[in-house]
Amino acid sequence: MAGIALENYGTYDRAKTVRGFGRGDTRFRLLTLSAALLVVLIFLGVLAALIEGAWPAIKAFGLPFLWTEKWNPVTEKFGALAPIYGTLVTSVLAMLIAVPVGIGIAIFLTEICPGALKRPIAIAIELLAGIPSIIYGIWGLFVLAPFLQSTIQPWLIDAFANVPVLSTLFEGPPYGIGVFTASLILSIMVLPFISAVTRDVFETVPPMLKEAAYGLGCTRWEVMWRVVLPYSRAGVVGGTMLALGRALGETMAITFVIGNAHRVSASLFAPGTTISAAIANEFTEALGDLYVPSLIELGLILFFITFLVLAFAQLMLRRLEASGGKR
Amino acid sequence: MNSVLYARRGLTDRVFYVLSVGAAGFGLLWLGLILFTLVTEGFGGLSLKVFTENTPPPGSDGGLLNAIAGSLMMSFLAVIVGTPIGILAGTYLAEYGRHTRLAGAIRFFNDILLSAPSIVIGLFIYEIFVINMGHFSAIAGAASLAVIVIPVVVRTTENMLLLVPSALREAATSLGAPMSFVIRSVTWRAARAGILTGALLAIARISGETAPLLFTALNNQFWSSNINAPMASLPAVIFQFAMSPYEDWHRLAWAGALLITFAVLALSIAARLLESKRN
Repeated sequence: MAGIALENYGTYDRAKTVRGFGRGDTRFRLLTLSAALLVVLIFLGVLAALIEGAWPAIKAFGLPFLWTEKWNPVTEKFGALAPIYGTLVTSVLAMLIAVPVGIGIAIFLTEICPGALKRPIAIAIELLAGIPSIIYGIWGLFVLAPFLQSTIQPWLIDAFANVPVLSTLFEGPPYGIGVFTASLILSIMVLPFISAVTRDVFETVPPMLKEAAYGLGCTRWEVMWRVVLPYSRAGVVGGTMLALGRALGETMAITFVIGNAHRVSASLFAPGTTISAAIANEFTEALGDLYVPSLIELGLILFFITFLVLAFAQLMLRRLEASGGKR
Repeated sequence: MNSVLYARRGLTDRVFYVLSVGAAGFGLLWLGLILFTLVTEGFGGLSLKVFTENTPPPGSDGGLLNAIAGSLMMSFLAVIVGTPIGILAGTYLAEYGRHTRLAGAIRFFNDILLSAPSIVIGLFIYEIFVINMGHFSAIAGAASLAVIVIPVVVRTTENMLLLVPSALREAATSLGAPMSFVIRSVTWRAARAGILTGALLAIARISGETAPLLFTALNNQFWSSNINAPMASLPAVIFQFAMSPYEDWHRLAWAGALLITFAVLALSIAARLLESKRN
């Protein structure tokens, strides 16, 4: 066999073969490089396409677009205040619920949970991240909203009726759908992101540090609060920011339960809207020269906000990675 | 004095313990509730008709055939376009540019795209495809899904390639194999299970995506296999049906929700099993 093969390569030229290798190498390298550059191109393309699409609205409304509440398709007067407000309020509320609970889950998984249950519970929590957002939406609309409407919301309205600030926050009537329900759904959706990242950084804490603290007689709480959390602060903040980025851009689940009302109201039970919900609800029905560009400008604003948040998250997590969990 | 302090520390510790257990219970409770509702509501709507008939007008009987087919078709297109690009880009990041500044920048943009709101991706594809073509189409829908697939595959491919021991590459290189050959027949092969995991995760991610499809593929009440025309998809149909006031549409929406969730959960569990087998 070998003999035949060699005969076929009668004019075998080592230098030529090596050159061929070199060419193949260069070609493959360029192929992978162009695929990698395509990623950057997509990013820039998103930015360019949004600016181009939004341009008529940017020209027509200028900067006041950001703080105008009016959203009137008939007179073609648009302002982004209500969606921006809704996006920020729902996301912040969601984080207020999800951060403590997410960290609690991470603590449970690293410190408290018996070994055999660790993996199943961790997987179950991560499955929450796998459930598509539209499922949260349909569930929120048909199950959670009616439940909140008939139980928790009336109770909160009654309980805080005479407390100064809270009475405004929890002002009736209980629609079921609205900012409060949207935030609650959001918090469930981002919970697994926080707990997964937090758990990962908790596990980078050298056991020696914890053991030393236990050796001094610290309780579990003191070890977590005074040793583990300070050590892994950057990672926890990074994970939280990552989750916030998700929450800000979350669309379908919110579209179902927020009620799509372009107004800013102090009550958490009132219907509102978010940037992504406004786009999802109105885009295909938008007519006129400024309606679609205004919606695209909303998208641009959302892209900008999430970019800032996610970039900050990357910064925190990168720094942690660069130090290999050590400091 | 000391005993009071001890008692207080012990109490704090116990409260903290209960709260952490409660947090885990809180998370599991939602998963349980959502799955429970899906199964009870979804099975009611599930029948053979769901798989054999197209979406009905309100008030009559029907299934989800065109939506299921549309979802499969667009996901398939997105995966065959997005996965190779993602694998190649991930290969560049892990093999060629590992420590370069360019790779650092690409990695940064990729991670931003990975968590970017999918509705913004939809707007991007709308501007590029729908406006230029003049109409909504399955191609545009598949393109928006492909843009979501790419960053997922890039990230997992890079991570998996970084796990391949350098000794393997060095051994192959010392035998005289050129780098592109080493990557293709040694590194990729060693990381095969991991790369496949990434592809599965990407499929899981896009099969529930709704937002980018709303104004790219739009929806279609009828059977269509024309990728140059609007196409139905399971998530878009669920959205339309659930938001409608019709009871029978709600039933179909729940059946569709059950199908998607179990497809997605099965995919993510398969990906996880594949990953743990590798370890």
